Amino acid sequence: MTERTIAVDYLARVEGEGSLHVKLEDGRVDHVELRIFEPPRFFEAFLRGRMYTEAPDITARICGICPVAYQMSAVHAMEQAYGISVRGALRELRRLFYCGEWIESHALHVYLLHTPDFLGYPDAVRMAKDDPETVKRGLALKKAGNALMQLLGGREIHPINVRVGGFYRVPSVEELESLRPTLESALEIAEETVHFASGLPFPDAEEDYEFVALQHPDEYAMNEGDIVSSRGLRVPVSRFDEAFERAPVAYTHALQSVRKGGTPYLVGALARYALNGPRLSARAKSIAREVGLEPVVRNPFRSILVRGIEMVYACEEALRIISAYRPPESAWVEPAGTFHGGVGAAATEAPRGLLYHRYRLAADGTIETAEIVAPTAQNQKRIEEDVRHVVERSLALDDAHLTDLCERAIRNHDPCISCAAHFLHMEVERT
Amino acid sequence: MAHRPRLAVWKFASCDGCQLTMLDCEDELLAVADALEIANFREASSAVVEGPYDLSLVEGSITTPEDAGRIREVRAQSRTLVTIGACATAGGIQALRNFGNVEEFQRVVYARPDFISTLATSTAIRDHVPVDFELRGCPISKVQLLEVVSAFLTRRAPNVPTESVCIECKRRGNVCVVVARGTPCLGPVTQTGCGAICPAYHRGCYGCFGPMDSPNTDSLIRNLGYLGMPPEDIRRVFRTYNAGAPAFRAAGDSVGGKETGR
Repeated sequence: MTERTIAVDYLARVEGEGSLHVKLEDGRVDHVELRIFEPPRFFEAFLRGRMYTEAPDITARICGICPVAYQMSAVHAMEQAYGISVRGALRELRRLFYCGEWIESHALHVYLLHTPDFLGYPDAVRMAKDDPETVKRGLALKKAGNALMQLLGGREIHPINVRVGGFYRVPSVEELESLRPTLESALEIAEETVHFASGLPFPDAEEDYEFVALQHPDEYAMNEGDIVSSRGLRVPVSRFDEAFERAPVAYTHALQSVRKGGTPYLVGALARYALNGPRLSARAKSIAREVGLEPVVRNPFRSILVRGIEMVYACEEALRIISAYRPPESAWVEPAGTFHGGVGAAATEAPRGLLYHRYRLAADGTIETAEIVAPTAQNQKRIEEDVRHVVERSLALDDAHLTDLCERAIRNHDPCISCAAHFLHMEVERT
Repeated sequence: MAHRPRLAVWKFASCDGCQLTMLDCEDELLAVADALEIANFREASSAVVEGPYDLSLVEGSITTPEDAGRIREVRAQSRTLVTIGACATAGGIQALRNFGNVEEFQRVVYARPDFISTLATSTAIRDHVPVDFELRGCPISKVQLLEVVSAFLTRRAPNVPTESVCIECKRRGNVCVVVARGTPCLGPVTQTGCGAICPAYHRGCYGCFGPMDSPNTDSLIRNLGYLGMPPEDIRRVFRTYNAGAPAFRAAGDSVGGKETGR
């Protein structure tokens, strides 16, 4: 029996600490383990006893890359518990805020983390020595997303302006209008990004994903909708537990999410595009057609194109919201009536996919239990399948090239290990 | 350039936000990379140059036996070691475990706690190894990070003020949220550096840059009481992102009322 091991001890260009271990026996993949060794930080434990108003800021600290997502899932969950309905301009401002995080996070992944893989560079800084214009374009796009978060949130990382019911302070028409030139130029860069990405060399891959995302009847879902899948699942967010289960696994600090019955599923840009593509803007759809992007993308290496399309959409959507903006009378909505305690659950679309929060609150508003399911914890098992298939297709490669391809298969999904452990380190073992 | 100083960026228990701050310097990133050789920065690059390193930026707190050993290896390879952010300088939000029972925490969060190895406390880097400079904030400020890197390159001390948020708030021309709105605010005892953003957004400071130099927390606690904050709420405001910073820890411990454990 011949054994072969492929190992990546510390995955690079992902957020957080993880490793990969692949073991081959007689040329067959025996197992793939995506190991998350990021130390656990016990958010769900220390949230107990904190006020419901503290959850948006505290849970933001789970992830410095997608704090807005944590804040949005937290406020929507609390508002559900308190029966608060946030409509009109406040609802639109939240969508605008999320557009900022999608643009910033996608630009970071597309230009600084993912593109170097296709062009054979270890990082964007070294890529910039040969092609400064491409990297500068990416940084400009990223900066536009950050400008939105800075204005609406006070700062880009762990914004300070989100509260249950709305915001502490809402922007004036003039403040939002000041971002128009930046966003108009970002929209052009986002379009160039899709065209640029369409010219990259993509390895062959065809994965049979069960895609899972929020779906809203009228819009490309960000903050609201039912949870739907490409295999017919449709449940309200409050019934998340009926559709999904989570299991502790010895080799990873993150609980692995699966569909009830044990099958893996995929959340994130590929899932949103497959399920909600018809709800994209006319312009985003037409650019997707121009570059020959299929309506359902099953090659994960092509996710870079989908992120590009989502950036086009987010820039357009931001400009639409700014054009229609009239400041609301109040910056936030107060809870009405006496609170007797209760449960609130919400899911929103983080750049990396569905982010679920559920809280049980006491009558005085303190948190009794908290449950948080991050996108990468949901994708973990499905990413292992991707790696397995990449290895099976590429057995003839030497260890170095095979390892490189495995790392790329992981990076395709923009994993955020800090979130998942509340994830990675690789070894390929060949027997 | 023959001898560009070598930069390493290290991660311990954290959210990655402080190292992301470096990548958020969109206008300066390529210039920084010209001045320093990015020798070990896993979040940004798969190329790793072996140590020693001239400047190490350390993010995160020490929460596992392995990390307590790893930080000593990092120190041994680093000529200058700068800790960045509330996790590295005070233990971070995860230091709330220091007030609870970590075994109980593990049972709450993980169905199989035996799969997890962890320490009972989350502690600052300086509790384990000598640190050359501490940069505060949850997250750190981009401007202050660039100041620390520039100071390192020009071999001078970083110009990072230790005065209170109040000073910055006045300079910014904010209306005081305590005086004008009766909003509880930690600005009088919190170190400046954020840009006094919370008051600028009509919100009280929540102390994410940690205690200023010589804070009068006793006086602030009395004033928070006058503003109608119950003792449990006062204790909670000191027990957030810098709960492990000595002055904030003492302030939280000094407040009477019902002990909630967190």
